[in-house]
Amino acid sequence: MTRKTSCHKTTVKMLLTGWLAAMMLSAGNASAELLIRITEGANSAIPVSVVPFAESGAMPPGDKVSSIVQGDLTMSGEFRTLEPSKMLSLPSKGSDVYFRDWRMLGQRYVLVGELTRSGDRVQARYELFDVNQEKRILGETAAAGVGSVRTLAHHISDRIYEAITGEPGVFSTKLAYVTVSGEGDQMRYRLQVSDVDGKRANIRLESREPILSPAWSPDGKKLAYVSFETGKPAIYVHELSSGQRDKVADFPGLNSAPAWSEDGKSLLMTLSRDGNAEIYQMDLASRKTTKLTNHWAIDTEPAWDYANKGIYFTSDRSGGPQIYFMERPGAEPRRITFGSRYNARPRPDNKGEYVYYVHQRDRAFHIARTNLKTGDESIITRTESDESPSVSPNGRLLIYATGQNGASVLTVVSADGGAAYSLPAADGDVREPAWGPITR
Amino acid sequence: MKLSFSTKVFAMVLSAGLVAGCSSTGENMEDEAYGSDVQAIGGDDGSTVYGGDDGDGVSSGVLSDEERQAAREQAEQQALRDITTFYFDFDTSEIKQEARDVLVAHARYLADNPRQQVRLEGHADDRGTKEYNLALGERRANAIQRFLIVNGASRGQMETVSYGEEKPAVRGTSDSARAQNRRVELIFQ
Repeated sequence: MTRKTSCHKTTVKMLLTGWLAAMMLSAGNASAELLIRITEGANSAIPVSVVPFAESGAMPPGDKVSSIVQGDLTMSGEFRTLEPSKMLSLPSKGSDVYFRDWRMLGQRYVLVGELTRSGDRVQARYELFDVNQEKRILGETAAAGVGSVRTLAHHISDRIYEAITGEPGVFSTKLAYVTVSGEGDQMRYRLQVSDVDGKRANIRLESREPILSPAWSPDGKKLAYVSFETGKPAIYVHELSSGQRDKVADFPGLNSAPAWSEDGKSLLMTLSRDGNAEIYQMDLASRKTTKLTNHWAIDTEPAWDYANKGIYFTSDRSGGPQIYFMERPGAEPRRITFGSRYNARPRPDNKGEYVYYVHQRDRAFHIARTNLKTGDESIITRTESDESPSVSPNGRLLIYATGQNGASVLTVVSADGGAAYSLPAADGDVREPAWGPITR
Repeated sequence: MKLSFSTKVFAMVLSAGLVAGCSSTGENMEDEAYGSDVQAIGGDDGSTVYGGDDGDGVSSGVLSDEERQAAREQAEQQALRDITTFYFDFDTSEIKQEARDVLVAHARYLADNPRQQVRLEGHADDRGTKEYNLALGERRANAIQRFLIVNGASRGQMETVSYGEEKPAVRGTSDSARAQNRRVELIFQ
């Protein structure tokens, strides 16, 4: 079932966490928002009802908490939510829940709640019920400033998701991505950060020259990226709350493909200062580099696997690009992919289960994944000009860029390819998505 | 436009012949038809233009075989050097056979003009991944650079940069658009 969720042009508001402070270059702070268009539902989605919350006191304008929660759960591909118009009753607390109504509607879980405005805060009280067992499985309160209702809603979605699946939710995480618009002199590249549903987008860097490869530090406070603003590629580390940034790599040749170590103290990167593209590790405090690969082939696109402590990367040492793995920095690489002549840009799920990458099949480029225990490979996208896969921090979802009607859009699929939604930009092109970490 | 050393010599010899008269230079010029009314008025592309009133309308076939040959070679070299973009097949940095003569002409020109700087910009088409394409564009630029060095240019005259797939020459995903994007461009500074 396909559905368009409505998109409001919300103005940017300060969050308690200070995510949206200090812009880098641009004067304004709102920007073109991504629109969610759900394209496919998962087959085994769990039916959940999010009953519109009762309200006490004046609520701030904008989307309602329950509709944000409903959108979040649907977006995960693991739930199918019931339209409020089909609900037989609208309880706001457990004692009003008549389980037989919900069983008749085929629902497995029901979420009810109430919002109370108190000064400049909004407090939510919410309860989650298992319909078949007629049991409450979650009952909590949470609060946020009136400007942070979306933050409050995403928190509730995370709690629901975790209560039902046992896995952490990713609804409070952020996305980084690059938009391109305009032509010729008016062409502009913008590095942006938004909520996982595309809302509250904020420009962090605006440039006339390309921006590539945004990469989140594990604590979610910094982005490393490649910028051509000096006329050649250089790597910057940009602190989001202060807007301060350092140019950490500007050697002759390539400075590209930054990837953070788990402790946030070093970056893997591709440099070609010795004559060809090799992978290095740079200690950020001292800026000292250690060379990890030593081969005349192109070695690039490194990614740490935080689960098994090794490094995946792309190398064309066997003739065309393939995925390789080093058990530890500088170890002898082992080839991982064999089934196609082009496999590149590995992204491990950091759970030790899968590595995702771009994979050519005939003339199309899909996203595929290899099961790290069995070695089995499967293609998980149906789109055909796919790039830049990035795994959600709970390993359940994957975001990537794909060509659609001549422009690049972002698409999110569940990690096994079961469900999908896309986030086209309001205008122009969106590419290079990077899924931010869970920060709690 | 800068003239190569041999072009300058050619132009000098030609004008010397005109001013002094053919016999004193020893040149084998059939220049009886050229009197003082006819002067060299400009040099361009290795050839010399004659203007003025020649009175009886006699034609100007006064170049020797050597000079004609030299003029032709100059023109050919210049025509070759008009080509400054080189194309590649998908996922390779192999220089095509038809590019070699052109590159040799550029290399000779650079060797003859040691102060001439050139920037080699490497590119890839949009298929595959951006970072790999950045490295591929660089490998293409490096391949062109190596060829030029082998044929006489010096490393200090050249700067290489790769834009990967970020700056296509032609927008679009057709085979033809992509073929035009897999390229290295020579930008003379």
